[in-house]
Amino acid sequence: MSSLSLAVRDCSTMLRRNLLHARRYPSLTLNLLLTPIMLLLLFVYIFGDTMSAGIGGGDRSDYVAYIVPGLLLMTIGSTTIGTAVSVSNDMTEGIIARFRTMAIHRPSVLVGHVIGSVLQAVTSVVLVGAVAVAIGFRSTGATALEWLAALGLLVLFALALTWIAVGMGLISPNAEAAGNNAMPLILLPLLSSAFVPLDSMPGWFRPIAEYQPFTPAIETLRGLLLGTRIGDNGWLAVAWCLGLAVLGYFWSASKFAGDPKQPS
Amino acid sequence: MTGPAIAAHGLRKSYGDKTVLDGVDLTVAEGTVFSLLGPNGAGKTTAVKILSTLISPDPASGRISVGGHDLAADPQAVRAAIGVTGQFSAVDGLITGAENMLLMADLHHLPRREGRRVTAELLERFDLTEAAAKPASTYSGGMRRRLDIAMTLVGSPRIIFLDEPTTGLDPRSRHNMWQIIRELVTDGVTVFLTTQYLDEADELADRIAVLHNGTIAAEGTAAELKRLVPGGHVRLRFTDPAAHRAAASALREATRDDEALTLQIASAGSQRELRLLLDRLDTAGIEADELTVHTPDLDDVFFALTGPTRPAGIPDQPQETAR
Repeated sequence: MSSLSLAVRDCSTMLRRNLLHARRYPSLTLNLLLTPIMLLLLFVYIFGDTMSAGIGGGDRSDYVAYIVPGLLLMTIGSTTIGTAVSVSNDMTEGIIARFRTMAIHRPSVLVGHVIGSVLQAVTSVVLVGAVAVAIGFRSTGATALEWLAALGLLVLFALALTWIAVGMGLISPNAEAAGNNAMPLILLPLLSSAFVPLDSMPGWFRPIAEYQPFTPAIETLRGLLLGTRIGDNGWLAVAWCLGLAVLGYFWSASKFAGDPKQPS
Repeated sequence: MTGPAIAAHGLRKSYGDKTVLDGVDLTVAEGTVFSLLGPNGAGKTTAVKILSTLISPDPASGRISVGGHDLAADPQAVRAAIGVTGQFSAVDGLITGAENMLLMADLHHLPRREGRRVTAELLERFDLTEAAAKPASTYSGGMRRRLDIAMTLVGSPRIIFLDEPTTGLDPRSRHNMWQIIRELVTDGVTVFLTTQYLDEADELADRIAVLHNGTIAAEGTAAELKRLVPGGHVRLRFTDPAAHRAAASALREATRDDEALTLQIASAGSQRELRLLLDRLDTAGIEADELTVHTPDLDDVFFALTGPTRPAGIPDQPQETAR
């Protein structure tokens, strides 16, 4: 077998290990799923009437349509907190030391985590999406191609955030710290155009909201599913995702390649 | 492979200003058991971690080769030759014993069918077939350790590092582990064993090195090490102080302890020496309440080499007993 096919085999072995973990212990994933679903219900049913006024009229169902793209991306952010926590937990396990002393493709340990997490994130997005449809979310005439592009964007976004989360898990001394370090991944959507339009925000804050990764991704998703104007946001979103994924990969791989942390 | 299974020259490792290994030389011949002996914190685990490629040695270290491969230049080739069972079990607690084994089979790139066969055989050999479908986190300490070793053996490594394999095991599990190690050696595997138990090193190892303060304090076979500390003696214990006094005056060369009512006579413990001594006791009409023969054991060596001061109960140096 060539070294590439061995690397692929090691990655798929590690993926199987991570999927086994996720299947045996789904509680972490399910807990993290609760946050976006609660926020969805909260913003639609409790704040919905006021919030819908904020997006320039319309009723509650218009607001559902407005926040669903942001919440789907927030779901991804939420899942990746689980990634950071489980990577950090995993690194304290003796089995990782064993992997390091075996003649395997080293990054496969991380790749297994990443692919497993992306699959979990996509599953979570589908579940949150189902809840959204159940409470009245409908796409406005998205074509099959646009649906495919939306899915592609969600996967790419999940990949980017997951690699960052893996790095955060690797530098965290324990699971609690990993959870805290990854917190921005679920808080950033609150500072984006997920819940209220950018032009309703105070002027000094607008650039912060506009130039962070969530906003272009949200605007692109909105454009694909609801037919709003995408503009530069499509390229910006893809650039952000690729940039974060590459950065996260090299950061994580270099952290994992070095000597393991000395247990104190 | 030509040459020794493991050869390390000037192994050094420090964390900040704390020196853990300060120039350790090790040579382990193929197919032998080498035991690195030392108290807690002596640097045994650090040595294993470096030799098994888990951490890197300080740049000031000399050449290190494991399985004929240079550790620095080709760590992946070293990894392909070795198996490691660490002090803290290297099993995945979240999945079952069988899944742990299959994970190893896949990572060694065994074909599916062979992987299943090897896994089933090893689970059987280590008496884990019944527990194979249970999560490893539910295993007892002894079972975890057995699973750990079984996982190490999946790739049929030629060199195995065992870092304190019996620490925390009950006596039965400990003897089982010893039996496993003996079987490995019978198969021609080289075993690098660290332990803080002297009897374990005495029982298993062809050669023993005593690690103390980051350097090798002594190295040799168990017999050679014991010769370093000539502490062999016969001890007579009395309950009657008068009998003790009488015996002491008859055996002038003995070291007497008036509080414990004992006499200590230097002796290698041979049959001839014992008979001579018993004859003298009979002639003098002395009857001790207890007679014990002490041969120097690795404990004596260990304490003599590693202790800042020798604790009580360790025989004095020969110049006093052989007066």
